Amino acid sequence: MKNELLLTAEGVTKSFDGFKAIDDLNFYLDKGELRTIIGPNGAGKSTFLDLITGRTRPDAGIIEFRGTRLTSLREYEIYRLGIGRKFQTPSVYNDHTVYENILLGLEGPRGVWASLFHRTTPAQNDRIHDVLATIGLDAKANQKAGLLAHGQKQWLEIGMLLAQNAELLLVDEPAAGMSDEETEKTGELLLRLAGKHTILVIEHDMVFVRQLGSKVTVLHQGHVLCEGSLDHVQNDERVIQVYLGRKGKAAHAAN
Amino acid sequence: MNSRISKRELGFGLAAALFLLAVIPGLNAFTPETSPFHVSDFSINLWGQYLCLSIVAVSIDLLWGYTGLISLGQMLFFSLGGYALGMHLMLKIGKLGQYKNDLPDFMVFLGYPTLPTHWEPFANFWFSAFAVLWVPAVVAAIFGYLAFRSRIRGVYFSILTQALTYAACLLFFRNELTMGGNNGFTDFKTLLGHQLANPATQRGLYIASALALIIVYALCRWLTLTKFGKVQRAVRDSENRVLFSGYAAANYKLFVFVLAAIISGVAGALYVPQAGIINPSQMEPSKSLEAIVWVAVGGRGTLLGPILGAVGVNALKSWATQAIPAYWPILLGGLFVIVVLFAPKGIVGIAEQIGSLFKRQTKHSKEVSRE
Repeated sequence: MKNELLLTAEGVTKSFDGFKAIDDLNFYLDKGELRTIIGPNGAGKSTFLDLITGRTRPDAGIIEFRGTRLTSLREYEIYRLGIGRKFQTPSVYNDHTVYENILLGLEGPRGVWASLFHRTTPAQNDRIHDVLATIGLDAKANQKAGLLAHGQKQWLEIGMLLAQNAELLLVDEPAAGMSDEETEKTGELLLRLAGKHTILVIEHDMVFVRQLGSKVTVLHQGHVLCEGSLDHVQNDERVIQVYLGRKGKAAHAAN
Repeated sequence: MNSRISKRELGFGLAAALFLLAVIPGLNAFTPETSPFHVSDFSINLWGQYLCLSIVAVSIDLLWGYTGLISLGQMLFFSLGGYALGMHLMLKIGKLGQYKNDLPDFMVFLGYPTLPTHWEPFANFWFSAFAVLWVPAVVAAIFGYLAFRSRIRGVYFSILTQALTYAACLLFFRNELTMGGNNGFTDFKTLLGHQLANPATQRGLYIASALALIIVYALCRWLTLTKFGKVQRAVRDSENRVLFSGYAAANYKLFVFVLAAIISGVAGALYVPQAGIINPSQMEPSKSLEAIVWVAVGGRGTLLGPILGAVGVNALKSWATQAIPAYWPILLGGLFVIVVLFAPKGIVGIAEQIGSLFKRQTKHSKEVSRE
């Protein structure tokens, strides 16, 4: 089967006050792929997501999604192409119910007038409950999102991306601050979604990365250091050097 | 928030509407002055003004409590609405003014040979009434478009709104603007052929103000129930999430800002014939700050709060500026500090706290009696 490229980034560079957060980055993601990006702190992982989603603009280089250039679009325009993003810290609407959070994420017109005269159809209602069942929060539909546990907020935010029916899910450190059990559940959720969606995960937790079992891209100083399976990457000399001092910990965690 | 209005709320709303629209003016019109239930002409006029200020308070809360935008210049839009109708009232004075001239007095005084061209259409009531809506809307749309496009948020937005109203204040102070300079407009005689000095006219204006407040309240209540209202509150709580969920947050904010300006403009237009004067001092930043205090005292993020706050604080002001005029600013400032420190949800919040305390106690006593 010939793979279709969904996201390409070529020669992307971004500096902040002279510091090159992203340096001549080349990155290719196939349709339907699940990919994990790892790298030490300051490697440019979150900056890369900022560049894809239009939060910041690259100094040079191109980023394309299904052949559409993203670098001149606004956040909501990029979203409308089918790119959803989950932030590192859970950002849900605390004052809204869990149900309303998903409703606001639901695909459909986003304009002011459409929202004034919006009526939730039975089909949309079913879809919201489907999403809630997928993320395991159906029982909490009418509870305020602010009352959810940390892990549940993370799932709710993933649920908002599902409701949007995003083709590409960008998931920034979903397991951060989660218990082992929650982390495993999150991994299962992402694995279930893989295939239906293209998913790009940024993660530190090696146990979690191993659970996902996907192709891994290692970022270092804003540049792709190496790519391949987790085992391949962990045995790469350059990666070992970058993680020197941390290598033992990473390898230990993985075993 | 429930997406439907309960029967209880509807009942309360209708009762309050009936009280404002029929009972108070009825007591004014149909009871003798000696009756203990009589509402004096003076009171009707004063309450009409309070209701107009309540409308402004609701518009501020629509921005602050529901969208997270603190506008420190809302009285600018109130004044623009007031001036738009004021121009019409000035032209209707006719030869009854001090100078017995067709031109408004201040124009005679300043030596205008003829009426400036842009004043002419304001002789028509409906043109003026329409201007009450579109002038504040256009000013808000231009300012809002530039501010929200540039992603100006939080305290920076607030400071800009304050600067805007101050700039307008300085502009209106100038005679060259043809708006009467620092004296503004006053000495109005008639509106739609009715003598403004006539108690029945003032009663009519009171009823119009009450009706406007009820319509504005119902409109805002409806907004909170729509998906728009949900997006509005989402912008307040997590604007980033809203942006990355595909909503052009700037458009939502612009819509609310323009709507709030129109609402304030209507309030200003109803206020001016009741207060009998409009001048640039209404645009001074302190006036808009005072309006912020009404909302904070009443309880932001609710629709009832701003109304209670505006009426309550202004009633207090009417009393204090007579009884202890020198201490009024201290009283107002103290009130604000107390509310911020001890009752962040204002009067409505205190009522809720007492309510829940009462509920807990009755629940507790039931449990005790069961034991």
